[in-house]
Amino acid sequence: MTTERPERFDAIVIGAGHNGLVCAALLGKAGKRVLVLEAGSQVGGATVTREFADGFAVSACAHLVYQLQPAVTRALDFKPKYAVEGLDTVALDRAGAHVRYAGGALRGAGDGDNERYRDFHRRMTRYAGVLEHWLNRPPPRLATRDLDDRLGLLGMGLRLRRLGKRDMREFLRLITSNMHDELDEHFASPLLKGALAFDAVLGTGLGPRSPNSVMTYLYRLAGGGEPAVPAGGMGLVAADLAGIASNAGVDIRTDSAVARIVVETGRVAGVETVAGRRFDSRTVISNADPKHTIINLLGARHVETGFTRRIHHIRTQGTAAKLHLALAGLPEIPGLEPRDYAQRLVIAPDAHYVERAFNPVKYDEFSPQPVIEMIFPSLRDTSLAPDGKHVMSAIVQYVPYALAGGWSETAHQALMDAVIRTIRPYAPDLESRIVACELMTPADIEREFMITGGHWHHGELSLAQFLFVRPVAGAAQYRMPIDGLYLCGAGTHPGGGVSGAAGRNAANVILERDKT
Amino acid sequence: MTTARTYDAVVVGAGHNGLTTAAFLAKAGLDVVCVEKNDYIGGAAVSRELHKGWIYSNCSYVCSLLRPEIYRALELHRHGLQVTPYGGSLTFMQNGDYFGSYYDPEVAYRERARFSKHDADAYERYSADTKRQCRLIREFLLTTPPDPASLKPKDLLGLWRIGRALGEMGEDRLYETLRFWTLSVADYLDEYFETEVIKAALSGSGIIGTALGVRSPGTAYVLLHHYMGDVDGNIGTWGYARGGMGAVSAAIAGAFRAHGGELRTEAGVERIVVREGRAAGVGLTNGDEISARLVVSAMDPKRTFLSCMDRGDLPEAFVNRIERFKTRGSSAKLNIALDGLPTFPALPKGSTLYFSDMHFVDSIRRMERAYDDWKAGTWSKDPYIDAVIPTLVDPTMAPPGKHFMSCFVQYCPYELASSELVSSELGSGEHEARAWTDADRRAFAETVIGQIANYSPDFRDLILHCEIRTPADIEAEIGMSGGHIFHGELTMDQLLFNRPLPGYAQYRSPVKGLYLCGSGTHPGGGVMAAPGANAAREILADLRRPNTVPESFGDD
Repeated sequence: MTTERPERFDAIVIGAGHNGLVCAALLGKAGKRVLVLEAGSQVGGATVTREFADGFAVSACAHLVYQLQPAVTRALDFKPKYAVEGLDTVALDRAGAHVRYAGGALRGAGDGDNERYRDFHRRMTRYAGVLEHWLNRPPPRLATRDLDDRLGLLGMGLRLRRLGKRDMREFLRLITSNMHDELDEHFASPLLKGALAFDAVLGTGLGPRSPNSVMTYLYRLAGGGEPAVPAGGMGLVAADLAGIASNAGVDIRTDSAVARIVVETGRVAGVETVAGRRFDSRTVISNADPKHTIINLLGARHVETGFTRRIHHIRTQGTAAKLHLALAGLPEIPGLEPRDYAQRLVIAPDAHYVERAFNPVKYDEFSPQPVIEMIFPSLRDTSLAPDGKHVMSAIVQYVPYALAGGWSETAHQALMDAVIRTIRPYAPDLESRIVACELMTPADIEREFMITGGHWHHGELSLAQFLFVRPVAGAAQYRMPIDGLYLCGAGTHPGGGVSGAAGRNAANVILERDKT
Repeated sequence: MTTARTYDAVVVGAGHNGLTTAAFLAKAGLDVVCVEKNDYIGGAAVSRELHKGWIYSNCSYVCSLLRPEIYRALELHRHGLQVTPYGGSLTFMQNGDYFGSYYDPEVAYRERARFSKHDADAYERYSADTKRQCRLIREFLLTTPPDPASLKPKDLLGLWRIGRALGEMGEDRLYETLRFWTLSVADYLDEYFETEVIKAALSGSGIIGTALGVRSPGTAYVLLHHYMGDVDGNIGTWGYARGGMGAVSAAIAGAFRAHGGELRTEAGVERIVVREGRAAGVGLTNGDEISARLVVSAMDPKRTFLSCMDRGDLPEAFVNRIERFKTRGSSAKLNIALDGLPTFPALPKGSTLYFSDMHFVDSIRRMERAYDDWKAGTWSKDPYIDAVIPTLVDPTMAPPGKHFMSCFVQYCPYELASSELVSSELGSGEHEARAWTDADRRAFAETVIGQIANYSPDFRDLILHCEIRTPADIEAEIGMSGGHIFHGELTMDQLLFNRPLPGYAQYRSPVKGLYLCGSGTHPGGGVMAAPGANAAREILADLRRPNTVPESFGDD
């Protein structure tokens, strides 16, 4: 027991993930005395660069930025540094007839598709604009008499109406629709359909045929949608944000895992670290996922049972695995131009393939032929690998969190084999160049990044967990049902991805509270 | 040849919705003719003697959704409609056990508790929550959906009404409603139950007729489509129409005739005639033309606009959207004449469960795998079957001592993938579709019969006749595009103000004087007759005639 008086802060942020840092920085800029406590030895959470083999480093979790909200970068005067911006997506073809798209431009898929894709992309971007408006403010509560809630709802409605009659109708139809059908209606090229279907379901527990997969596609487009590789890996994004926060007077301490949120007289009074240190604050903001925050850090006994039940029911099982390869050299991929290696490479030959890859995860099995997104970040960023050598970072979907029979060493190896087998026809010599590898299943991601279920959105991004009901019904405004506790992570509105929206919205809620 | 007479309205298709619209229009004093391509009326609400001495409800087979308001307004009891409630459901398990659902709440509780005390208690909450959603939706079944993109006073008023009903639920329940409408039925049930067989038993209603799996978001809502009906005011209860489902159509037709309506069978419509931008009548396949001031189509939207109209009469964007209206059939039926009552050794002798809906899939996993087969372009190898033996309740449908069994099968595709998709090294490629052959149909029937025979050793030997109806057969006979039993998917993108298309959810079409009244319109399929009634109300409003159509009387 320490006898010295605990330090006191205006706000304590648990976890230095990018949302936590955005939230802390904004509070700091507003003159608050803020402490950020991070369990790991570096900041970033899932936005982190780390060495996975001798001399080889990689963005260990998220590896592309595509929806960092302009509202966030503006508010923080933050200019992220990118090694490559506006990446092409290259939908790989076995025979080398790859299809490429970036923005609204499509190449290699046939004339009809080129034009239709431009139109499709324009329309989708327009609809994503509505979502972007919705994402960057706390969702209003429904069915209250509160004027702000009603104005908030009205604002959402008006933004929708601004689309015009035709597009508004189309938006309301699309938002619950499935990507498979939309793609079938528009395009002929299987490769294009496969890659776009993959875009829609990346990081979710949905298949292209699942209703709701158009919404996840729009979510991806909201706030940009053009993938970029951060210079120095994702960790530098976090480091830059930490720098901005520090400049705003925020106190960031790593290696300080929080053991519990301290409750006194029925309200939050501070936190206690695993090392036993106590910090006082009447405002505690958790960047951890909702389940971990409420069940482990706060303790279910401090909130009513109905709320706990809802928290328990958040669907948090991740479906995406992460693969890191240290390579002696770039693999030979037939049909790829040299500049293509710096782009986003996708193995999703058609939409049916994506759907079939999705099937096994419903039964707690992994796809024997997964969909894969690969990048070689070392190509434009030499800091990541020794001279002449390279790293490959890939997202592999679908991989269950709780594999039937458990994630044994053999199971890991079987998954690795499936991945290599899937890549082989596209890059026959990849295997021979592998120096070291790391494969992280959702269970590994949970362990390393302390994200329940290893879900990169901290909770499934489905309409049943979206907007007014994210993370759970009645708590979508970042404020938890105990005084002084807030959430600011991906588990809250609007969701995951390196967007910063949740962190900014949470900060605004707290600043708004203090105004009155 | 053109008949000299000009009707006030011609209704195309004598299914239950077409007849309902026709009856309400006739009741309002209009001169109405209803034309039907088959030599029998009823569409998919039909009783047919396809094996001598047996009456098959060969499409729809049970009754519950038919709106009581319509029943009363058309005095269907006077026209011979009698609905007998039947009880419960039954799921056979692979381990030789079964899970039954009983009418008597005490018995039902004990049965659930046999598997899990937790689930037996949770059922109360589940039932209350689900019925609350039913009450909300029931208010809007007999209401035309407003267009949220419109600023017309009528639409704004409609939106305000919906907003008010939602607001009245209160904040917490409104969130529950939002989630309910977007959850998968499997996730919804997971929030209440822990026992696989109980979840499987309850999840079936979430996928019947839809091309979705129990894990697909939005299927919790479909649950409602099979829950929101009632028999004599008992919500969620199902019943048999005495004499088969044809009795429903016959009674509505009786009401239609009693109001002076004219019914013509074997009068298939080849085209809907449009003159000077207005619907002017229909041309029949036999060359006759019927002129009418307005045309009401009970056919599904695709058939109406794509097969029976000149594209030049419709806006191009509209046609494009209609082409994309989702009508992929996923359900099939086996109608079976039985020489006697099959025995199910798992059941105690004389069990009331013989009277119930029988199912043979006992886990969510098996339910979902059945869907994976459909996605791959083949019928489920371990299908979800809803089997009933109506002749236990209604002896008029088979000779004494004999029985009729109706087997509804989910999933069965409209077309088959040309080759089994094996997860080969190639692993990709869109699959080509091909039509059903007789061999396919036999193999499909064998799948279904085999599954039932696993639980009933004498079942196979009792079969005297079996009618196999794949979605392709349903389309060929009744005309529903894709053989979709609801005239179109019941997914959110095709429900409410999106049904059939955004901007056209109010029973009107882009052509003046042409209306839709089938299941492809709000509130969708099932023998509900609500689309038919709502369409009639809209038509009468356009004609400035007094309304003869009941509004919802809300809930009891």
